[in-house]
Amino acid sequence: MGTRSVAAFPLDGIDMFLTNEFRLKVGLAEQLKGGVIMDVTDASQACIAQEAGAVAVMALERVPADIRKDGGVARMASIQRMREIMAAVSIPVMAKARIGHFAEAMVLQALKVDYIDESEVLTPADEEFHIDKHAFPAPFVCGARNLGEALRRIAEGAAMIRTKGEAGSGDVVEAVRHMRTIQRQMKQLTVVGRDELSGCAKDLQAPLELVEWVAREGRLPVPNFSAGGIATPADAALVMSLGAEAVFVGSGIFKSEDPARRGAAIVKATTFFSDPEKLLESCEDLGKPMPGIDVATLDESELLQTRGW
Amino acid sequence: MPAASSAAVIMTVGVLALQGDFAAHSVRLAELGAEVVEVRYASQLDQVEGLILPGGESTTNLILLDREGLWARLRDFAGQRPILGTCAGAILLAREVTNPSQPSMAAIDMRIERNAYGRQIDSSIRLVQPEQAFADRTAEGPLEAVFIRAPIIRSVASGVEVLLRDKDDPILVEQGRHLAATFHAELTSDPRLHQLFLSKVRSN
Repeated sequence: MGTRSVAAFPLDGIDMFLTNEFRLKVGLAEQLKGGVIMDVTDASQACIAQEAGAVAVMALERVPADIRKDGGVARMASIQRMREIMAAVSIPVMAKARIGHFAEAMVLQALKVDYIDESEVLTPADEEFHIDKHAFPAPFVCGARNLGEALRRIAEGAAMIRTKGEAGSGDVVEAVRHMRTIQRQMKQLTVVGRDELSGCAKDLQAPLELVEWVAREGRLPVPNFSAGGIATPADAALVMSLGAEAVFVGSGIFKSEDPARRGAAIVKATTFFSDPEKLLESCEDLGKPMPGIDVATLDESELLQTRGW
Repeated sequence: MPAASSAAVIMTVGVLALQGDFAAHSVRLAELGAEVVEVRYASQLDQVEGLILPGGESTTNLILLDREGLWARLRDFAGQRPILGTCAGAILLAREVTNPSQPSMAAIDMRIERNAYGRQIDSSIRLVQPEQAFADRTAEGPLEAVFIRAPIIRSVASGVEVLLRDKDDPILVEQGRHLAATFHAELTSDPRLHQLFLSKVRSN
């Protein structure tokens, strides 16, 4: 595995990175690196996740596979449920708000969840605007399919980026596509001439100062995690090898036959992603994975990743 | 500059890398001239002269240390070599942990309370004035301390020296060869904590 370009602290070069508030937001994301964040819908699942070795849990009403199956409007989880989850575990608790739904985000901040995921998995509340995340002292993570999308979210104040992948599919192909795309686009920026960067910013539809920053540093200014379709330990090792710094697992754990065992196995594979022997150990005796859906068979209108921009 | 930056002999220092902000520590150690080993296997502890237990989730690190067979070996290591624990790492080094109670190495005779400031929204960055003992061994001047879901050291035994305080709470303590900090020096540009640790590794 090649060496990774890692952050020097504090981040410099751009005013927003130097505020204590933004540094604290990125600081928590740093603590989660090398770990697995697991979707949970109640306190008992949260305890199983913590025991399995999760670094954080994501509280939501239904896991993405059920949202996909049952349809209807997917909203922020119930307050009671989230309170129970927060009381049950000592690790950080994240929760999802709908894209653009800053009032849900206000509620989640008041509830003191540790990270807010402005997520395409829920039904978008605003098709034009994402949340102004700088307005919140609470940190936000947002999904992205490519570098431009990642930088637009960072410009809005996201302190952590995750690939969107295709949530609830159990098919890792989209998470791979998105991580490869982001990594490739960053590499490309490091080799183009300075005089071409404004054109790159135009093509990426991202702020020039962030494009210049990535061109200079060769990485995102905030941690870059992977999500969307990861269902096995090998899936987790794959996205880590492609440059993810941590992994979100949604339906993959609690839609499998043995969530405790699979959760622990995915944690192990994330830590030892480049060690074939440890990976083999992590894949033994897991029981059945979530059934999954081949993303190629999904109609364009069934995709979650196209929500947001 | 303090002696730590003029290393005549290159020291090999490990950073526990099961999970957490180990990369930020590795960058700082490398800047200060140390050879860095990211430690994921018990056998790697034989290669390093000192070890940093980074920030991260102490619950997760405990589980992984136990599952991967590092726990007993790490306790032996603490009997011979210096360890610096930051945040979650400080929790691992304590004699007693509360909120919740959990196993720890008892390498530093202190009682520490997890998430004692509250949740992430209660995290903060504060400037602290070093105790003279810290300034004498590093350099004068205020130190920026980054607290992220940080613990608070609630009590220390008589053999434990407090090197930094925030108001009345100890935030950097030393006992014998070990150091524990409740804040993240690796998320600032101030190298003094790591310099102090390297000087302890050198003199061990």
